[in-house]
Amino acid sequence: MKLTKMKTTIIAAAVIAGSLAGAATAFAADSQFIGSLVYRTGPYAPGGIPWADGFADYINLLNERDGGINGVRLDLEECDTAYNTDKGVECYERLKNNGATGMPAVMPLSTGITYALLDRVVADKIPLITSGYGRADAADGRIFPYVFVPPATYWGGADIAINYIATQEGGYGKLKGKKIALVYHDSAYGKEPINTLQALADQHGFKLSKFPVPHPGLEQKATWLKIGRQLRPDYVLMWGWGVMNATAIKEAAAVGFPREKFIGVWWSGNDADMIPAGKAAVGYKSLQFNGVGSDFGVHKQIKKELYDKGKGSAKSAGNTGEVAYNRGLQSALILTEALRAAMNQYGNKPVTGEQVAWALDRLSITEERLKEIGADGLFDPIELSCVDHLGKGRAKVTQWDGKQWETISDWIEPNSEMLRAMYEASAAQYAKEKGIMPRPCG
Amino acid sequence: MIYREAGEFKASYREDMAILPIRQDRWFMWALMAVAFLVIPSIASEYWLGTIMLPFLILALAALGLNVLTGYAGQLSLGTGGFMATGAFAAYKLATAFPELHIIVVILLAGLITAGVGILFGIPSLRIKGFYLAVATLASQFFLIWMFNKFGWFTNYSSSGVISAPPMTAFGDFFVTGPHATPVAKYLFALTLVVFFAMMTKNLVRSNIGREWMAVRDMDIAAEIIGIKMLPTKLKAFAYSSFLCGIAGALWAFVHTGSVEPLAFDVNRSFQILFMIIIGGLGSIMGAFLGSAFIVLLPILLTNAPHLFGLNIPVDIISHIEFMVFGALILFFLIVEPHGLARLWQITKEKLRLWPFPY
Repeated sequence: MKLTKMKTTIIAAAVIAGSLAGAATAFAADSQFIGSLVYRTGPYAPGGIPWADGFADYINLLNERDGGINGVRLDLEECDTAYNTDKGVECYERLKNNGATGMPAVMPLSTGITYALLDRVVADKIPLITSGYGRADAADGRIFPYVFVPPATYWGGADIAINYIATQEGGYGKLKGKKIALVYHDSAYGKEPINTLQALADQHGFKLSKFPVPHPGLEQKATWLKIGRQLRPDYVLMWGWGVMNATAIKEAAAVGFPREKFIGVWWSGNDADMIPAGKAAVGYKSLQFNGVGSDFGVHKQIKKELYDKGKGSAKSAGNTGEVAYNRGLQSALILTEALRAAMNQYGNKPVTGEQVAWALDRLSITEERLKEIGADGLFDPIELSCVDHLGKGRAKVTQWDGKQWETISDWIEPNSEMLRAMYEASAAQYAKEKGIMPRPCG
Repeated sequence: MIYREAGEFKASYREDMAILPIRQDRWFMWALMAVAFLVIPSIASEYWLGTIMLPFLILALAALGLNVLTGYAGQLSLGTGGFMATGAFAAYKLATAFPELHIIVVILLAGLITAGVGILFGIPSLRIKGFYLAVATLASQFFLIWMFNKFGWFTNYSSSGVISAPPMTAFGDFFVTGPHATPVAKYLFALTLVVFFAMMTKNLVRSNIGREWMAVRDMDIAAEIIGIKMLPTKLKAFAYSSFLCGIAGALWAFVHTGSVEPLAFDVNRSFQILFMIIIGGLGSIMGAFLGSAFIVLLPILLTNAPHLFGLNIPVDIISHIEFMVFGALILFFLIVEPHGLARLWQITKEKLRLWPFPY
């Protein structure tokens, strides 16, 4: 009896070991591998799923309509991080050598994973593209050769929010003596705008009050009592994430703070965050680095090529206009345009991370190119250089009407001069700590 | 048949009291060390070394630390993440303030600082016990993370509150942190430290200090009556446990990820380490390693499994399957052997002595 048991165990072990060893994954040598770190599960999945769908839909659109990029088919593989840093690092390491030339670029979609990958991407020569999150000072391409932050940074976002408030009040001169509160997720992400806002407060004479909210952000009663009853600020800014957003909006409604004076950063502006807040969210404003809705050419093509043929990633074509979906589209667009530029330079075959970094260093997505794609008005043109890994960094202000976002401003440009100096100072500090020699540019 | 101590005679107390009294065990250990130090670095891929072995070793060290406190001294703690964070931030402050310090010195000093913090949070253990102590240590977890978030001094006033390890060498050009450190170098460095501290811990728990801890764990009143002083004994356990956790935290921040935010050491990390020692086996050095292997490696294996068998399953379904299978396996192992994997290991060894002719 015992012997048979042991035999079974040995056979089982052998089978497992054999399958582990023999499972060399087959990849077509002439297709371009794309690894996508997504979070379709976990506590933040409601915001992660539309992003992943948007990213996948755009890649599939290129495959279905054009047969890939310059005739090279795209081979997309997703890895689920559940927004967990440990899992994200594992995903990156697992995917980075897949395909003929490895992963051409990584978009970790989480500030925590971004930080964990900063050293690794330098060693692996794989560009790290963090669209609207991650380290703001990576805008300095001399110190962060492999990190790219288009289309916007948190510091820029903070400046744009104050710029918008100034326009509402009738000029920067009117900010003097105003009270602005910042409600933020108490993490690396939430703390990013503080320095910028403080600098702006000193410059324009408004008073900044900071309200950290511990993760995950379900308990904000005391915070909002203080804001609504004691401080009574003129405006509230929010750097929130996940469930914290809806909670904050509901608490703001409970203390009667006008939602029209409550402005969130882009990650506090997902459709998925507004719906749970219900009526309380009507009038709430949020910055967006992309356009809203699905009335753009690219959406129509995705509907025609994918959803009408049953190949779409989201449940239905009706889900394709969500803010997070459009961000996924935008990330895919930035990546594929960089791949195209790299292939134009190095030949129409799969390209390596280093070649994509070369292309990103001179990436140019112009208004005309956006028109061709059918995304003019949806995204802002992006021009990068060896020194500037950010571009213009513009964003729009949108307002929630109870069902969807309405764009209520044009692209607002941040004060690039001031921010550039801040990026460079912060990057220099990082370079000093890490012993990095800035690379020569130009 | 192979594993039998017949014919091995102990001629001295020294031989009789050796850590591994049986010859086959010693061979096994030497073989294991040879595999760990020579075979794995030469054959394992970068993915295996950097993503699987490194977190496994570092978390095993943290589990070892918690096992000293909870498994040997019987003080339930949920503050492991906080202590790991203390180690990481202390190492960062030391490395940036004194760039000429050697990395070993930085890591040891970070461990000592964490030991001090551990003693501070261990003081209440004299008055509160069991679940109440768990809650008190939970407070330390939240307090420490809050403190590193709140005061810019700890992060050298970085705007995001993230610390990032400067490149450091173990000797010559052998980088173990920073972008130029190879996974092999990081792995060997972590392995050396972990083996050293595992040996140290094994010896410590066999010494009078370890016996005092176990006496306190088994019945504190009886231990007090036979003359064991509660305060120093418990504080020693807190100090040594935090020392190991601090070193694990410093290794995590410096060697594994390179950059880390305080949230990497949140309460989930504490629970993760606690589950490691519960599944691995309380009061066992081996258990810390088995538990770490179970908690770190199994989810990775489960997420990779469908892919390895050539199944094309959407990633979200894989993630959900992973959760379910992992949960079921935890239940299975705890029902089959409530004393953890280390006990299973022991039973296997006992059975192996009689194999193939059990009576």
